[in-house]
Amino acid sequence: MAMKIYPSQNRRNFSSSSNDAVSVSTIPLYRSAPALEVRLEDFESFAIDRLRVLKGISDGLSRGKKPDEMENLVKELWKANMRHQHASEALNKDIISHFVLRLVYCRTEDLRKWFLSMESALFRYRFRPLEAEAQRAVMDDFDLPYRAVSNVEFESIKEKLGQVARSMGQPPPTADAIFYKVPFEEVPELVAGRKVFINQGYAYVAMNQIVSLVATLFRSQLSKTLILTNRKWTSSIREQEKHRLTPIVEALCSSYLGPDYSQSREYGDISLKDIDQVAKRSFPLCMRHLFDKLREDHHLKHGGRMQLGLFLKGVGLNLDDALAFWRAEFSKKVGLEKFEKQYAYSIRHNYGKEGKRTDYTPYSCLKIISSTPGTGDHHGCPYRHFSEENLRAALGKMGVNSRSMEDVIDKVRNRHYQLACTLTFEALHGMPCDAGINHPNQYFSDSKKILDSKMDTSS
Amino acid sequence: MTRPIQEQEGALQRRKGKPAFLLVGQFKRTVIKTKMGQRGVSPLLSQFPANIYVHLPAISLTIASTNTNHFVLYSFVFFDSVHNSGSKANDSGTRTRIQPQSSQTILRFVVFRSPFRKLFPFADLVRWVSYGNDGKHPGCDQSYLGRREFSFTLENDIYVRFQSFNNALELENSIKEKAPVKIDIGPVYTVDPAKRSAYSQSENNVFAPAERELIFDIDMSDYDDVRYCCSGADVCLVCWPLMTIAIKVIDTALRDDFGFKHILWVYSGRRGVHCWVCDGKARRLTNEQRAAVADYFRVYKGNENSHKKVSLMGAAIHPFLATSYTNVLKDYFEKKLLIDQNILGTEEGYEKILNMIPDESIASELRERWQDSRRSSSSKEDINVVRWEQCKQLLQSGKHKSQGLRRCVEEIVFCFTYPRLDIEVSKHMNHLLKAPFCVHPNTGRVCVPIDPNQCEEFDPTTVPTLSQLIEELNNEGSKADVDGEWNRTSLGNAIAFFRSSFLHPLLKACKEEIENSYNLKLQQSKNSLGW
Repeated sequence: MAMKIYPSQNRRNFSSSSNDAVSVSTIPLYRSAPALEVRLEDFESFAIDRLRVLKGISDGLSRGKKPDEMENLVKELWKANMRHQHASEALNKDIISHFVLRLVYCRTEDLRKWFLSMESALFRYRFRPLEAEAQRAVMDDFDLPYRAVSNVEFESIKEKLGQVARSMGQPPPTADAIFYKVPFEEVPELVAGRKVFINQGYAYVAMNQIVSLVATLFRSQLSKTLILTNRKWTSSIREQEKHRLTPIVEALCSSYLGPDYSQSREYGDISLKDIDQVAKRSFPLCMRHLFDKLREDHHLKHGGRMQLGLFLKGVGLNLDDALAFWRAEFSKKVGLEKFEKQYAYSIRHNYGKEGKRTDYTPYSCLKIISSTPGTGDHHGCPYRHFSEENLRAALGKMGVNSRSMEDVIDKVRNRHYQLACTLTFEALHGMPCDAGINHPNQYFSDSKKILDSKMDTSS
Repeated sequence: MTRPIQEQEGALQRRKGKPAFLLVGQFKRTVIKTKMGQRGVSPLLSQFPANIYVHLPAISLTIASTNTNHFVLYSFVFFDSVHNSGSKANDSGTRTRIQPQSSQTILRFVVFRSPFRKLFPFADLVRWVSYGNDGKHPGCDQSYLGRREFSFTLENDIYVRFQSFNNALELENSIKEKAPVKIDIGPVYTVDPAKRSAYSQSENNVFAPAERELIFDIDMSDYDDVRYCCSGADVCLVCWPLMTIAIKVIDTALRDDFGFKHILWVYSGRRGVHCWVCDGKARRLTNEQRAAVADYFRVYKGNENSHKKVSLMGAAIHPFLATSYTNVLKDYFEKKLLIDQNILGTEEGYEKILNMIPDESIASELRERWQDSRRSSSSKEDINVVRWEQCKQLLQSGKHKSQGLRRCVEEIVFCFTYPRLDIEVSKHMNHLLKAPFCVHPNTGRVCVPIDPNQCEEFDPTTVPTLSQLIEELNNEGSKADVDGEWNRTSLGNAIAFFRSSFLHPLLKACKEEIENSYNLKLQQSKNSLGW
């Protein structure tokens, strides 16, 4: 890092370098660390401000906000946290905070993944509202080698391009529309959603889709540099900054990622004999559904085994009990022998006893909501993946009354899945849940907390 | 199944109740040999080693050699003596207690120098996964093959992962030694996977997948809600067209849309097909890019708990889906599956379709018509065709032009025909996939390549089985043959096809790619010297 960091008593003015030339509306690509002098207190406070933005984005994404809503959200968050009276200082703050957080979030795979997603989303929703000219300026910064499709080529594929546009509910492109012909692997997101016409390995990207291309590039560059930063961190920075930056860096990430359910066993172990009762009272619908299906079918496909298995681990079911639990069900269907051969391994694996011995973390709502269950699968978020009819039936079975049911369904229709889950929680427990539900294990521990305190007062 | 196996079962019956694992010595071998010899299989048995283990009460039989030079002959046949005893008439004494098709039991041989070893195309397999790097050109990456993971499944489902080999001989020797039931191919890693633990010690674990074919796995059991002939692991000629459709749709898109050229389709040995896309560009895709391709092919949204499995929104459908529909899906549905699967012939069947129609009034109108069977029974045409025409007519008639209904006919066809991929397999580089030419441990069928241009001709029920191949070899006698034994068996065509239409064009392209990138590098270093 080229940034120089000074302790707070050593007040100095920012000496911004060539950055003055950069127009305010464009977004920096954070290619290299700036030659800026930073006060130690700014080092931390800028980073915290940016973290607030990223955390807000994370919440927005997990609530399934639509792109337009995300754009507004990012605008608000940016305005609230990153504004500065002077444009040049705002840019400095942008750059400095990014590089500080890069250091904070380079250190483990999980941190890198989170930071990468949130920074990419931030970039995307800052890029989207830019004027075409400003967008082109950013594209120029990227040195994109792609040319716009010629008139002749456009005419030859006009029909297909129109088909794609209409499949997304957009009008067919006019003759002056600009399309870029790029290798399909550069725009995975557009390929995945069938939002582009693809022919012989090339995707035809419309100007209004260019954000996807640019965001993908941003993401892959950041991904690479995060690895490099991590190397620098482990090889030198951590040791050099042992007494100054390292403690700040190490504290910054843990304070904002929410509780870690892979470690917390606060509410103690649950035992096999009362697991049915506990499931009924304190499991969120996604887990309750998997649990019931397992009891019913004596089988769950891989996605379901992972989602429920890791949740149970987070809840405090130890490995032996977990094995006994799964064995009891699966052996009814596939037989004991097949269970031991095929399934026991993956359970031990989840507990970090096999394979690469990673102690896997229970899935968060974000992960569950964005999963894509297929035929025969029961995992995923019921609020998102169930039909309304099935969801109503499931909620009724849980004991949600008809008035609350309508509120829940209303949230679902607006794709606020976690809010729907929160409302379900509140309806069932008769208590507000101000923090909202962000993690199935949080649902469980909050539920347990309420039920235990009720028990205490009644006894 | 062949008689000799039945004979052998007769011989084993008498030893029921003995300890779980017993060593059958020289003379026991003679017993089996004699029994089988009567049916003319002695050339095979003469290659048995001296010591044979027989694993008894587990209803499965394993014959293994104590010699390290043995090889798995995979499964031979299914039969289950316990299950069948007494039920079927014993028309020729105690030895006909076996009913090959209905069993849960598997018979596996581990045979020293098994004839099948000669059939397994080790060299072709290794040349393929070396992608030209086994050549002499200075641009070849000599470490390439050695960084590829092979994984073996041994008897009793023991998995041996992260095997690596530097050449075909090493692979062949290891297979001979370990005698796996199944061989899987994994990714090419950054470092030799067999030495991965040495690298994982360091803080920056450099051990990671670096290259991997883009693979697809299509399994018939995922179609259980739209096939009424069989379910689970079973397939028949009535439902197999679903696989034909899948091959046609995916193969066309991989070539025309994504521009891939080196695509290998393989029968998985029982209930599905595997696809290997081997172009350099495909092998170097990231997980995210793989997921994008897989999602491009995905039209099924929602899980077991949402009714509609296919939802096509918008004023048009994507060109890829439109092409698939008009070129493949529509015809297969209307001319084949509709009738063969009797999709609208029963109440249960048509209710399933009616459930997919969002407009209640149309659904109930159709229901009324179809419940009144007299009206349709007079027609000479197939009842499914008549009903489908009625359904289409109502849905597409002028008065129902609402957004939801417009796509309904297509949605029904997609639901019953469109390929269902096991997406997870394609998404990640480190997924293993069974090597071609393995023998499926339960069916005994060889995983032969399928020609996508003639996939409608492919018949899974006539794929050569191991026992068939061995019989063919034995009948041929011990003629000296320089060009490998497979020529004379029914595997010959499969291997010839593998070479001519997949391996040779692939290796030619790899050679060009290696030369080009080498020359480019040379050019670059020359330029930099010039400065």
